[in-house]
Amino acid sequence: METIITVENGNTLAALQDFLKQLLEHGIVDALITPLRTPSGTVTPALVTNTDLLNAADPLAPVLPGNCATLAGKLSAREPRARIGAVMRSCEIRALVGLVKMQQASLDSITLIAVDCAGTYHVPVFQRMAQKGDALWQELYKNAVGQPGQPDEALRAACKICEQPVYENAAIKIKCLGSNLDSEIHLQLPDELAAQLGLSQSAENGRQTIVENLVAARTAARDSAFAEIRTRLEGEEGIEGVFAACIRCHNCMTVCPICYCKVCVFKSPVFDHEPMQFVEWAKQKGALRLPSDTTLFHLTRLNHMGLSCVGCGMCTEACPAELPVGMVFRAIGQRLQATFEYAPGRNKEEQLPLITFKADEWTEVGE
Amino acid sequence: MTDTTFEPRIIAFLCNWCTYTGADLAGTSRLQYPPNVRIIRLMCSGAVDPIYVLKADLAGADGILIGGCHPGDCHYQEGNYKARRRVVALKEILKNAGFDDSRVWLRWISASEGSRFADTIREMTAAMKELGPNPLKKEWAV
Ligand code: SF4
Ligand code: SF4
Ligand code: FES
Repeated sequence: METIITVENGNTLAALQDFLKQLLEHGIVDALITPLRTPSGTVTPALVTNTDLLNAADPLAPVLPGNCATLAGKLSAREPRARIGAVMRSCEIRALVGLVKMQQASLDSITLIAVDCAGTYHVPVFQRMAQKGDALWQELYKNAVGQPGQPDEALRAACKICEQPVYENAAIKIKCLGSNLDSEIHLQLPDELAAQLGLSQSAENGRQTIVENLVAARTAARDSAFAEIRTRLEGEEGIEGVFAACIRCHNCMTVCPICYCKVCVFKSPVFDHEPMQFVEWAKQKGALRLPSDTTLFHLTRLNHMGLSCVGCGMCTEACPAELPVGMVFRAIGQRLQATFEYAPGRNKEEQLPLITFKADEWTEVGE
Repeated sequence: MTDTTFEPRIIAFLCNWCTYTGADLAGTSRLQYPPNVRIIRLMCSGAVDPIYVLKADLAGADGILIGGCHPGDCHYQEGNYKARRRVVALKEILKNAGFDDSRVWLRWISASEGSRFADTIREMTAAMKELGPNPLKKEWAV
């Protein structure tokens, strides 16, 4: 049901916090995953059970320190589990749906609370901006609504090209895009829950058009960013050139919500080469790039998670060499996903392409 | 222009139950085929981890052949069908990362098809000669 919560004195966050408190108070969920403001002034995801602490909840803070799909997975993959309300952005939910397909999470105990996302900043950028004390998200949402053609240049690269800023398939939706946040917030709730919270039906706002415009602008930005990275990948440079400065620190993999393997093959004894092996390889080409196997690492990771990449860009955030990891994975991921007509995160019923098959497909590949 | 002195090196990952036995048959039947292939035996084409195909390609192998049982004949029911999807994905990644995916071949060759195995090696050796040496053979910075 479409409904509205009223914002008093322009305090949007207080109205949202109040709504979240009610979910705990009414026993709808046992705990909430939501971004919380720390006493030191930054924002971090937290698992909250005490309603008083929800006074620090800041689901609109334009920052994504980590993709919370991993955390939601840890809270739901095994029994016994509590009923969790998860306040998440679209890219986090899509990653979570991916994890469900890999048996690394369960949606049975999770109530998804999808927040419309206007984009996020790199953590240090956010912190510098937040110190100035502005309610950063206000500007962002206004921009997203008003002139989606000119994205905020300071946004993370992943967000500037994110064409899925809203997630429609969630039980609860916080429809910031299209709401006049100074006075009201539009919500979508199951009828039963709305009745329980005493919220009544209201008319839909202009969100759809706003989302469409935003998606169109982001899609255009995406296509030109893809064209740019593809020129590099398919040209002289190649993927080995794009990743020439990679030190194989594995940060990109560690923060990837899709990479869940307990022991990655790259950290396994398979890559514990004998000392003389390196020398043999060096002899083959005259020199061996060190650390070795960086291109193999990226190609293998593309092979393992490219079909499931949701484009959250956490990898780019984590890269000490500032390499365009996320852009490469999204651009190649898009081609892979199109090949298998697969959209990661769309719904949990759609099977992972590599665990299934049809008898009479790609007959030209295997002859 | 084709370099006539160039002898491509082909790495073949062959299923034990079909293509490997087919290769064996080609040998015992004294069928002639080019000596350009190095064979690695696996229990099923579905057991070929793409990481080893990639490793061979990046190390400079000129061609990589994966040989499995004909559709419907896999001893583990679906290994070859899954291998086919993996090869499709792998080729898509290689293409988009700036590599030549035509160096990777997937072929169904049964245990009784010794001559088909010999033909395939001939065909692949000729195609790789045409293509020229894998440029990654000389690229140290990968
Ligand atoms: S990638 Fe999209 S959904 Fe995720 S934080 Fe950026 S704009 Fe929001
Ligand atoms: S985070 Fe950057 S440097 Fe580290 S392994 Fe990934 S791409 Fe390489
Ligand atoms: S047993 Fe031969 S391909 Fe599976």
